[in-house]
Formats: sequence, structure tokens, C-alpha cells
Amino acid sequence: MNIKDAIKNKSMAMALFIVIILFIVLTGGKLLYPQNLSNLLLQNGYVIIMSCGMLLCILTGGNIDLSVGAIVCLIGAIVARMLNAGINAVLVIVICVGLSALIGAWNGFWISKIHIPSFVCTLAGMFLIRGLARAILESKTIAITNTSFLDTFTSYINIPVLDDGDIKWSALIFGIIISIVITVISIVKWTKDDKTRAAKQIVAYECIQILIIDALIILYSFAVARYKGLSVMALWIIAVCIIYAFITNKTTFGRHCYAVGGNAKAAMLSGINVGKVYFMSYLSMGLLAGLSGLIMAARIGAVNGDTGNTFEMDAIGACFIGGASAYGGRGTIKGVVIGAFLLGVINQGMSILGLDSNWQLVVKGIVLLLAVTFDVVSHHRVGRET
Amino acid sequence: MDDYILEIKNIIKKFSGVRALNNVNLNVKRGEIHALVGENGAGKSTLMNILSGVYPYGSYEGDVIYNGSVCRFKNLNNSEEKGIVIIHQEFALIPELSIGENIFLGNERLGILGIDWNRTEDEASTVLRKVGLNESPNTLVKDIGTGKQQLVEIAKALSKNVSLLILDEPTSALNDEESKKLLDLLLELKKEGKTCIIISHKLKEIAYVADRITVIRDGATIGTVENSQHDIDEDYIIKLMVGRELINRYPKRERTIGDKLAFEVDSWNVNHPIYTDKKVIDNVSFNIKEGEIVGFYGLQGAGRTELAMSIFGHSYGYKITGKVRIMGRECRLSTVRKAIESGLSYVTEDRKNNGLLLANNITVNTTLASLDKVSRRVVLDSAKEESVAEMFINKLSTKATSTKQIVSSLSGGNQQKVLLSKWMYAEPKVLILDEPTRGIDVGAKYEIFCIMNELIAEGKSIMMISSELPDLLGMCDRIYIMNDGRIVDEMPACEASGEKIIASIIRSQQEIN
Repeated sequence: MNIKDAIKNKSMAMALFIVIILFIVLTGGKLLYPQNLSNLLLQNGYVIIMSCGMLLCILTGGNIDLSVGAIVCLIGAIVARMLNAGINAVLVIVICVGLSALIGAWNGFWISKIHIPSFVCTLAGMFLIRGLARAILESKTIAITNTSFLDTFTSYINIPVLDDGDIKWSALIFGIIISIVITVISIVKWTKDDKTRAAKQIVAYECIQILIIDALIILYSFAVARYKGLSVMALWIIAVCIIYAFITNKTTFGRHCYAVGGNAKAAMLSGINVGKVYFMSYLSMGLLAGLSGLIMAARIGAVNGDTGNTFEMDAIGACFIGGASAYGGRGTIKGVVIGAFLLGVINQGMSILGLDSNWQLVVKGIVLLLAVTFDVVSHHRVGRET
Repeated sequence: MDDYILEIKNIIKKFSGVRALNNVNLNVKRGEIHALVGENGAGKSTLMNILSGVYPYGSYEGDVIYNGSVCRFKNLNNSEEKGIVIIHQEFALIPELSIGENIFLGNERLGILGIDWNRTEDEASTVLRKVGLNESPNTLVKDIGTGKQQLVEIAKALSKNVSLLILDEPTSALNDEESKKLLDLLLELKKEGKTCIIISHKLKEIAYVADRITVIRDGATIGTVENSQHDIDEDYIIKLMVGRELINRYPKRERTIGDKLAFEVDSWNVNHPIYTDKKVIDNVSFNIKEGEIVGFYGLQGAGRTELAMSIFGHSYGYKITGKVRIMGRECRLSTVRKAIESGLSYVTEDRKNNGLLLANNITVNTTLASLDKVSRRVVLDSAKEESVAEMFINKLSTKATSTKQIVSSLSGGNQQKVLLSKWMYAEPKVLILDEPTRGIDVGAKYEIFCIMNELIAEGKSIMMISSELPDLLGMCDRIYIMNDGRIVDEMPACEASGEKIIASIIRSQQEIN
């Protein structure tokens, strides 16, 4: 790998950077208001969380899960009903997490054991689950008022003394800790890497990159500190990202996902239980969709039959924009998070500009097409048979 | 001066530096049936691909002269326009379409509004009658047997006004009655003035239909034999096909055979996974001792790969029965994982499709079958993974820039080494090597053979499946010969020879008849 390749690999990050600059200019700096920056993460939390799970499915061979938006709605509906029936919030959360894993397992069962194509199976799931959710809601909008449930997801960290003033210092401290951790991990990685000429050449470039990331994190946390501070929801999102980055990079299961997507026959002949890999990735997807359902219900404070509509498309879009291969076997959590942010910045920038939501869809479509075209062109050499 | 429909002159075709065809000459007279024979990998298919435009003009040296003019085919359509039609071993028919639709596929009989079904049916019936197939054009192809499907292929070729028909192993999937019918059809077509080139391993059939026979060996034409009286000497042809002096292309090794049986397979039976009534492996029993290399030879379709894969975790076939013992202990190998854990490894013949993760790096490929060894519980130890990959790169002298190199960018020989690394790291007692030297150059071949010798010196056992007879003769201690899903002969490699082996295959063929 040389510097040229390294830059090429970061092309989505560059695109994100350019889009951010573009909207800062277009909105006259409004995008940088602390409130807007804070909302950027919270409003797109559901996309980030679900695209982590979606990435696992896509890795296993371009399998997607169309039912996740419906799962968000169903879990939201159940939460609303149960809370209004006076059931304890913790119990409700536990039940819903279990239930969403069960729904994931349901999809996984049909796909791995009966060999139903994932598209068809989850399309059926989408109708089925959305219908159930609407039945549970009885076509009404149900508000959630249980404060201990809402606080679990939407409250802000508020440490006495430290956060008493206008600036919530805890958020800034948290940001600094994260950037230190990132820096330390990178340095440890370099010391382990072999010191070939190419590697040395790259270190300088990577140093700059780490510095930029650190600076961005600290600036961002400072902005958040100036608004309401660190949200509990942000912690949930960060936790999911870290866990899934760990799964894809560092576990045998993650490796199995890449292997099955890269070459299912070879994976099978290497002793990997391909069916189990499909099953587990859909189970995890169900789980994350359920978590998103809880978060959405808490953030909006109400659930109706259209909650979570087209969320599946946002999650799938984030994966592909983030460089996941539509054929499976390639993609990273880092890329997916960047993809989700890219979508988020575009959404928010256009909202601030007051652009009509119909046109927002048009722009989203164009971005998705461009991103995937770029991926195909750079990795597959269009129109040329090997 | 003879009237040649086709003259192939001094064709040289290289694949990444390796000569697959080296000065091939072939002259086909108008209106004759010309047979092309040679061992697997002699270059017959490559030659046919050049002739039909699959390898376009300019990708080879030499000339293809057809009807007196030099051909410059860019693709398959160009050659079909000129009346050259090739029928491959694997049928190119679409099972879910009718016979008529298949015959005119890509060449549809059109009316004013789309396909003219009446014309399709009429014309299909005409060509079907010509090939002697008594089926309605509306019957779906999947509902007729392989023999009839072959006839549909020929009908399809006739519908394109073929003047040179090339058949690649046309009878390999047919029974005797069907084969006879097909061969008679070829004789019938000859009377109508069509020219045929037939590629076949079945010398008896060739003797029956062919007017002249050209033998190809190692990518070069050995000679053309007249057969106008249909009385050729099969032994003579076999000698032409395999008769070569073996130079020392195989590393020397000590005899390492131990006393213990490392691998025993007893009365192994396997049915076809789709045509579940068809027996693919028929009561096969064999054994391999510790430190022994045992070869498996057979023509394509003899069932060697199917045998290996069905043993290796039942990854092929249906209704598998039989017993496997590894180091004397009976093993139930119902999944690949169990097979690996019992000490068995299978190095596939198709490394691109069944072996490697081409888009991943060497490390990922090396540890894929043994992730348990480089992880604690479920967490991977990257440092250990790297060191394992590094160790194998050094051990097998794989030419790579680093362990991070993507496998698809390696040469065939080095890809094969990565594949071997994967299975050596699984630390098997018995390795099944399926065509371990396919598509790699002579130098890399030698290195792979050296690795095999090291493995058996460590007391491992190797089941070596190969279609390259010299490799088997050079490397093995014993050779089993397979034909039609059965083991038909077994001989020590020191007593084996090309003639003997081909003779025993032909003998078994006759026994079936």
C-alpha cells in the first residue's frame, strides 16, 4: 500500500469532509451551531446502530434485511402499550430486547435453514411485522410518558459541580478520553506492524490523519458541551459501534462473515458452518433493530403505525455509501459510520436550508448512486470480464 | 491437392508465459469426420476455443484458415456466422425452456409481433426429424434424458446451417445405445456433406466413426493417422497419446511408507445430489498407509473429485454410505468441521471457486480453516495470525510482498501454496490433494512436489488426484484407477505405465458394455 492507495481508501471520509464544508458554507455556518451538531448524532442514531447490524448481513453475501423498519415500529408499539399498562420500564426493556432477538432469529431461521432468499424472507417479514405493529397500536398514535424509560435513552449526563455551568465539562472530558484512546491504540498498532519501507512512508500520513480525527472529536465534544452535554443515547450509539467494530475485526464470527461473503463454497469447505453465520447475523440485526425501536420511541416520545418507515433503506444506504460490497465480503464499521454521517449531514444540511423533503429524497438517491458507482468502478473494473 | 475445409497452422497459445499450445497443426478435409485425441490437458480444448473464437484472433500465434481464408474471430458469434458450431461437454441448454425454444435460442424465428411460434414449431420439428429425435418441440428440455439432450444440441447446431460441427466428448454422459445412435447420426450427417471434428477418449467409438485421427500431446501435434478402413490399432494410438520419455521432473525421495494404515475407506457409495437415483460412486474401497502417496487416475467424470468431496465432510452427494477409518479409528465425517478435526484435509482442484478468498489477504486465507488455533475463545490473536502466515510464506517460499498481499494478485503457483498453507496449518494426518498442479508452471510444480515429499517424511499420508499421468507416475507409491465411479484397478507406481493404465480403463469400459 502506498500513499495514493491510502488516500483512495479514505475517499468516503474525504467526501464526508467536503459535504460538511459545503453545507457549512451553504447554511452560513448554521450547521456548526452546538444544537445542530448535537442533533446530528442523535437524529441519526438509529441509522448508525442499524447499519452496524446491516453490515454483518451484507458482509455474508450482499444479504439485506428489509424488515428492520417494521421491527422498530413493532418494538415501539409494544413498549408504548406495556408502559401505558404500568409495567416497570426495566422489565419492558428486557422483554423488548429478548423479543427483537427472537424476531431476528425468525428471519435467520427461514434464511439459513429453509434457504429462502434473504430479500424475499425479510420482505415478507416487513409486511408481517408492520401489520402486527399497527394491529397492536390499533392505528392510533400512542404517547410514552414513563420518565424512567425516557431517561434511559434521552437524558443528558449531568455530573454535579462539573456540569453546573453553561458548559458541560463532562462531555469535553469524555471526548478527550476517546481521542487519547484512539491515539494510543494507533501507536500500539504501528509498533507491532512490520517496518517495511512502504509502512514507514505511510506513518507520517497516518499521524496527520490521527491528529485530524482527534481534533474533530475534541471540537465536536466541545460543541456538545456547550449545548446540553453528553447524551445517554450517544453513549448507546458509541457502545454499539465499538462492539461491532470489535466483532468484525477481532472475532472468529466476524471473520466467518467475511469468509462466507467472499466465497461461500470455500468457507464451507474450510469447515465454517455457513448456515449458522447467516442465522447469527440476522439475529444480531433483529437485536439492533429492537434497540433502535427503543431509542426511537424514547426520542420521539410517541409511536404510530408509520414509525420506522423506510429506516431499512437508510441503514442499507449507509452500508453501501460506506463502501460495503453489494456482493458481500467487504466493508467495515468505520466506513458504515462514515456513510451514516454522510447521509445525516446531507439530511440535516438540507433541513436547515429549508429544502423541501421531496428534494431531500432526490439528493439522497443521487448520493447513494454516486457512492456505489464509485465503489464498483474502483473495485470491479466496469464491463470487463476477467 | 486435397480440399481442406479447415487448416490450422503452427498455432502457439500462451497463458501467462506457459505454452498451452506449441505448434499445433491440424488439417480437416471437407466432408470427413476427424477425431482429435490426447490426454487430459494436452491442449484439445484450448485448440477448440481458438477455433470457435472464445480466444479471439490476436491472442495466439499462427493461422486458422477456414474455407481458404484466414479467420479473425473476435468472439463466438463470428465463428457461428461462418458455420462453425461447437458442442461442449456441458450442455448449453436451458432446462426450463422447451426443445423448440432452445433450438432457436438467440436465433428466434420472428413474425411481425415477436416470436412466430408456428414457424418455430415447424422448423424445430424438421431438424428434430433430421436428428432422429421423436419428441414434440414443446417438451421441456429438463424432461428428456441426457442422450436426447445431446441430440437437441445437434439439432440446434443444424438449425444454424452448420458446415463444421465440433463435438467435445459427446458421448461421455450417454449410455451405449444412445452413443451408438449419436455416432450413427454423425455418419448420416457426413453423407449430407457436413464436416465433423470429434474429441473423445473412447477409442472404440473413434475407430468406428472417424476417417482420420490426429493425436495431440503436450500442446503439440504428434501425427495424423488414416482410419478409412475403421481398423486402427488402439494400442498404437495410446502409445502416441502418452508415449513420452520422462525426464527427471520429480524430486527424489526416500521410501517413507510405514506399516500402519492411515486412511481406510470401505464400500463407499454416493448418489448424485440432484439426480438422486444416479450412482456417482459405486462401492469404492481403498486404503493409504502412513507416509504413502497414493494416486487416483481416471478420465474426466470418473468420479475422483466426487469421491474425495463426499468423504470430506459429505460436501458432495446424497445417500452417502460406507465407513472411513483414520489411523485405525472409525470416524463419522458428516460435516467438514468433523472431517478437519478427525485429521483430514481436502485441497480442492478449483482453488478460485472452492478454495481461496481471492479478495482477502494471505493471512486470512492461511488461518481460515483453523481459526481456533489463532484465537482465545472467540477473539482473534492478530499477532499470532501474522506470524503463522509469515511462517508458511517462508516454509513454502511463497513469492509475496507481505502477509497482507491480496491473494488474487498472486500467480497460480503461489495461490496454490497459500491454499496448501491453509491445509497444512490444519495439521491433518491425511491430505487429499485434488489436481495439486493444475494451471501452474513447471517450476512451481516441482516445488509443490517437494512440499509433498516433506509432508510424507513427517509421516502424513497423501491421496493425490491428478489427470496428469506423468505426475502420478513420478510422485506416487501406488495408483488406483477409477472409471465410472468405481475403482477398476490398482497397481504399484513402479509397475504402472501409461499404456497399462489406459488399457485397464478401456478394459473396464468394455466390461460395462
